[in-house]
Amino acid sequence: MEEQAAAGGPVIETRALTKRYGGGQLAVDGLDLVVPRGSVFGFLGPNGSGKTTTIRMLMGLIEPTSGTARVLGEDMPRAGRSVLPRVGALIEGPAPYGFLSGRDNLVRFDAADPTADPRTRAARVGHALERVGLTSAAGKKARAYSLGMKQRLGLAAVLLQPRELLVLDEPTNGLDPQGMREIRSLVRGLAAEGTTVFLSSHLLDEIEQVCTHAAVMAHGRLLTQGPVDELASSARGRLAVTTPDTAEAVRVLKEHGVNDLTVNDERVTGELPAGPAVELADLNAALVHARVRVRAFGTERASLEDAFVALTGEGFDVAG
Amino acid sequence: MSRAEPAGMSGAAPAAARRLWGLSLFRSEVTTVFRRWRTLALLGVLAAVPVLVGIAVKIETGDGGSVGHGDGSGPAFISQVTNNGLFLVFTSLASTLPFFLPMAIGVIAGDSIAGEAGAGTLRYLLVAPAGRTRLLLAKFTATVAFCCVATLVVAASALAVGALLFPLGEVTLISGTTVSFTDGLLRTLLIAGVVALSLTGIVALGLFVSTLTNSGIAAMATTVGLLITVQILDQFPQLSAIQPYLFPHYWLSFADLLRDPVYWDQLLRNLGLQALYVAVFGSAAWARFTTKDITV
Repeated sequence: MEEQAAAGGPVIETRALTKRYGGGQLAVDGLDLVVPRGSVFGFLGPNGSGKTTTIRMLMGLIEPTSGTARVLGEDMPRAGRSVLPRVGALIEGPAPYGFLSGRDNLVRFDAADPTADPRTRAARVGHALERVGLTSAAGKKARAYSLGMKQRLGLAAVLLQPRELLVLDEPTNGLDPQGMREIRSLVRGLAAEGTTVFLSSHLLDEIEQVCTHAAVMAHGRLLTQGPVDELASSARGRLAVTTPDTAEAVRVLKEHGVNDLTVNDERVTGELPAGPAVELADLNAALVHARVRVRAFGTERASLEDAFVALTGEGFDVAG
Repeated sequence: MSRAEPAGMSGAAPAAARRLWGLSLFRSEVTTVFRRWRTLALLGVLAAVPVLVGIAVKIETGDGGSVGHGDGSGPAFISQVTNNGLFLVFTSLASTLPFFLPMAIGVIAGDSIAGEAGAGTLRYLLVAPAGRTRLLLAKFTATVAFCCVATLVVAASALAVGALLFPLGEVTLISGTTVSFTDGLLRTLLIAGVVALSLTGIVALGLFVSTLTNSGIAAMATTVGLLITVQILDQFPQLSAIQPYLFPHYWLSFADLLRDPVYWDQLLRNLGLQALYVAVFGSAAWARFTTKDITV
């Protein structure tokens, strides 16, 4: 293993990272982000929340107004020359040269990396194309590619070299469900090899499926970060009761402070009251005591989406 | 597959080899420029100019008359073309240098950074990481390479057309002395080199303009617009005070290479002026590009 890996420090660490654009608009406000080595880190937030500005600061494309960003243990953007060859990035969608073939696009991006060995270039390009399933279309001009194929080509560029960190901004955008599955399994495979993956997405189930850690941003600020399990469990789960006596169940539950009750066939669900005051066993006893025939009783695990809605107070689909 | 393995390999490569790898971008830049249809179209237009001039002269003098009715009008050297096809090279360079050549350079230089920004490829080059200074140098080098190729295309096309339509032979210089055809050919090559160097000023200017915008078209239009404005300003006698500082002012001094002895004064002023433009606008482009936020 490499020294940095042995050191085990965070792969990305920002301190009070702030970006104010020319117009005085605060895009990122005092961000303290920590991405642990070896994690698959989901970076969540509605459009305009500052995710892309953050990613661009991490990659040295934008100079922070204040604060620091350390990537692979070194300061960005100052250490870009030594950091970036070890980072593969897909930023705000793919951007190939339309007049070059897929293969020549990869050759060009590889030539831009001063640490890439020209003697192994052709082999590495071929391998990367194979890994994203573009080998048969490699000779076609990139302007004839569909969005999904361009996305794969962007991923192939990321895979040209072994990387310690992958920064993937919406990597499944524009892919069909089959393509999405392939990319997810690719990301899982890379993570299994020990590569840290920093994944921004607006697809919550995608984050939930592949990520071990996540952070949520809104309005330029970091709302929360941590392991996905902890984030999801921080949101209160919903109580679910299956019974033929729905009306009576709703009445009893309401008396015990359960909110937002909804009835769907024989299923009553509701939000447990805040605080630790309610003991589930007491609720169940109260239902039985009121002669409600309970077939099933329990809480549903909160999803990341519940956590997200609880944090931002808004739905996630702000896309468009 | 172990991630440490290739990193170890690159660490083992000798420093000299690794420095050489850094040049890949320069090669890639040059091949990318010349693989675009747009570049080939520009070169095609430039190659067509000597063909048109040659045919026009041939038709006009077909009845034994002289070019421009013998009153010395028309581009430089055109009256000599019928005597010696080599003069078609000088005529073609003299007629493409004021606009055609620099316009083609303006397109390539203006598009160099702004076009990559507009297409989104700039961010991927920079995270590769190309390095901003290295990328700018590669762009400058590739555009200068285009200057040389464009000039050579005009010269080669003119030489071919001249040899085809007119006799070749000893060259009578402006100063009246006659030199051998080989000497004339060498001077032609030297002239092509000077013409290519004359264009480095507008390369730096175009590169600077290119760092100011994210639209390749806007940068091309601005660069070409500046060229036309400066060429017009160079025509007014009232502006003679500033004219020695305008980059096209000494462009046609390449003709001084056809004197014996060569008249170096204006030639050197031209090269000095181009060096000044490269220094000033090259620095400005560097200062701008290395501090610019890449938001596209």
